[in-house]
Amino acid sequence: MGSRKQEFRVQSPESGIKTLNSELQTLNFYGQAVATRDAYGATLVELGKRNEKVVVLDADLSGSTKTAKFAKAFPERFFNMGISEQDMVGTAGGLSLAGKIPFASTFAIFETGRAWEQIRQTVCYSHLNVKLVATHSGLTVGEDGASHQALEDVALMRVLPELVVIVPSDGFETQQVIDAIAEYEGPVYVRLGRAKVPAVMPPDYKFQIGKAHTFHLGKDANIIADGIMVAAALQARETLLKEGIDAGVINMSTVKPLDAEALLKAANASKLIVTAEEHSVIGGLGGAVAEYLSENHPVAVKRIGTRDTFGGSGKPDDLLKLYGLTADDIVKTIKSALSR
Amino acid sequence: MAVLTQSRDIAFLKEQARIVRVEILKMLTQSGSGHTGGSLSAADIATALYFYKMRHRPDNPKWEERDRFILSKGHAAPLLYTVLALTGYFDKSLLGTLRKTGSPLQGHPSSKLLQGVEVSTGSLGQGLSIANGMALGLQLDDSASRVYCLLGDGEIQEGQVWEAAMTAGHYALDNLCAIVDLNELQIDGRCEDVMKITPVAPKWKAFNWHIFEIDGHNMEEIVSALDEAERIKGKPSVILANTIKGKGVSFFEGKAEYHGLAPTKEELEKALKELGEDGK
Ligand SMILES: Cc1ncc(C[n+]2csc(CCOP(=O)(O)OP(=O)(O)O)c2C)c(N)n1
Ligand SMILES: [Mg+2]
Repeated sequence: MGSRKQEFRVQSPESGIKTLNSELQTLNFYGQAVATRDAYGATLVELGKRNEKVVVLDADLSGSTKTAKFAKAFPERFFNMGISEQDMVGTAGGLSLAGKIPFASTFAIFETGRAWEQIRQTVCYSHLNVKLVATHSGLTVGEDGASHQALEDVALMRVLPELVVIVPSDGFETQQVIDAIAEYEGPVYVRLGRAKVPAVMPPDYKFQIGKAHTFHLGKDANIIADGIMVAAALQARETLLKEGIDAGVINMSTVKPLDAEALLKAANASKLIVTAEEHSVIGGLGGAVAEYLSENHPVAVKRIGTRDTFGGSGKPDDLLKLYGLTADDIVKTIKSALSR
Repeated sequence: MAVLTQSRDIAFLKEQARIVRVEILKMLTQSGSGHTGGSLSAADIATALYFYKMRHRPDNPKWEERDRFILSKGHAAPLLYTVLALTGYFDKSLLGTLRKTGSPLQGHPSSKLLQGVEVSTGSLGQGLSIANGMALGLQLDDSASRVYCLLGDGEIQEGQVWEAAMTAGHYALDNLCAIVDLNELQIDGRCEDVMKITPVAPKWKAFNWHIFEIDGHNMEEIVSALDEAERIKGKPSVILANTIKGKGVSFFEGKAEYHGLAPTKEELEKALKELGEDGK
């Protein structure tokens, strides 16, 4: 008891991984602009072919979360739970106890909000091997509006002991995240989106739980981003370079456990750290980075995200502008912080 | 140790249930806090499961072919700890550490800290969903193992229980048997006054469950219901067990106050006498 270290156990290869010599690993989202939920749906099917232990649950949103693809390919390993997120999470817990690797999906706000206590008590406290993969996070849900736009989910999940929290930036990364968490033994939350996102990760990128990817280390500022804001951060870097400002970009796709090493390198390289996420500035990536740096290596931190507010209906791009989540907003934030 | 135990010896089981009650009371008194009433009301049921019905191996708690038990009403932890200790999962002396700092015998069961606990519980209303998931997983593997889940009658006021009841009915989980400890009491008083749950049987029936209604202190009835439930196909079974909260100790019986109160030393002495443990 007391301070228990996070363990990273990988399942032994003989634990149910069935290799079918058919078109394995043909799936490759490198360089493709796709919604992360689409990459998820396709990857799940491939995973299902390789690993018989993979089972999938959904709460009447399988068409939107893209688990419907798995349902079609493996009907006997798919469980539609109806509109009952709490029961879905508990059932996923039971399936993991029977040796399965359950992926439970619905929209981010329902998965993390409605079933928060089930995630805490049933999944995390018993360290169950449940993969909570939620789609439709953030403002880019678009027209459905505030009721469906989770801007608090990372905060809700990050506070839970034992849980790994991952926010992939593009389809290529999502594909690797899904494969990686299937091998990892323990509870994981993955935050995916509805809208198509640009491809950002390089061809030789290899996702590892708890490892950030540093695109560039900047001398003037470093942007720590996750999800769709990685693309915005890379764009902001280009704009700033033209004005002689060197801003680095780091994709902190694992929000928990945070890659402290990468973060410290960035904080040593520049006096300014800017976080960027499609989430409230309270409790998410910005919160995590600010907490860590203020205790371990105080530097100026600016957080980009929604500012203690609900979202609203509209086109995703319009909403990102309205709520200050664009490359321009990152540029302005950095310039104003540096001019002080 | 061999696979336990399959002895359909009613006198033996009754005597085990008596010993289970004695141990529950002793450990609660030693700890000074904990849930007395709901541990005693389900003592006969848990005894029938652990000493008769369930196939399990205390020397190998993760034995794949075991039947599973989930204590959804996790506050009855003293009951679970007692049957685990008495069937050989760990040394009986550990019971004295209940609720003490650093003990694996937490106030509510923790599967990470104690062998034999399938999953951590304590937040009411969550166990049946977990049991469903286990039952589904076991069915996928064509396993013969069965899943048992014990709920309280106050607990079934939780909405998630009925989501889970719907799921078990929908997926026709006939390897699952739920048991509801109908002791008519919860913390704030009688279930009937706090939030009426009656009639109970038609609710489960409506969700496509097979119903057994029994006296939860009659060992013959408990054992028969558990046996018969195994033969029900195409539906989950629920045993609605009419019980008395605090059963076995006259001055605890039917008293809502003793839901979460441990016996004092004096009460323990009197209680042990009533349970035939004179002079020990
Ligand atoms: C979700 C949740 N709410 C409240 C409690 C506090 N609590 C513990 S026991 C209890 C009453 C349980 O009554 P019942 O299910 O009838 O149990 P029994 O009578 O068998 O002890 C309550 C409200 C809890 N443990 N979990
Ligand atoms: Mg009760």
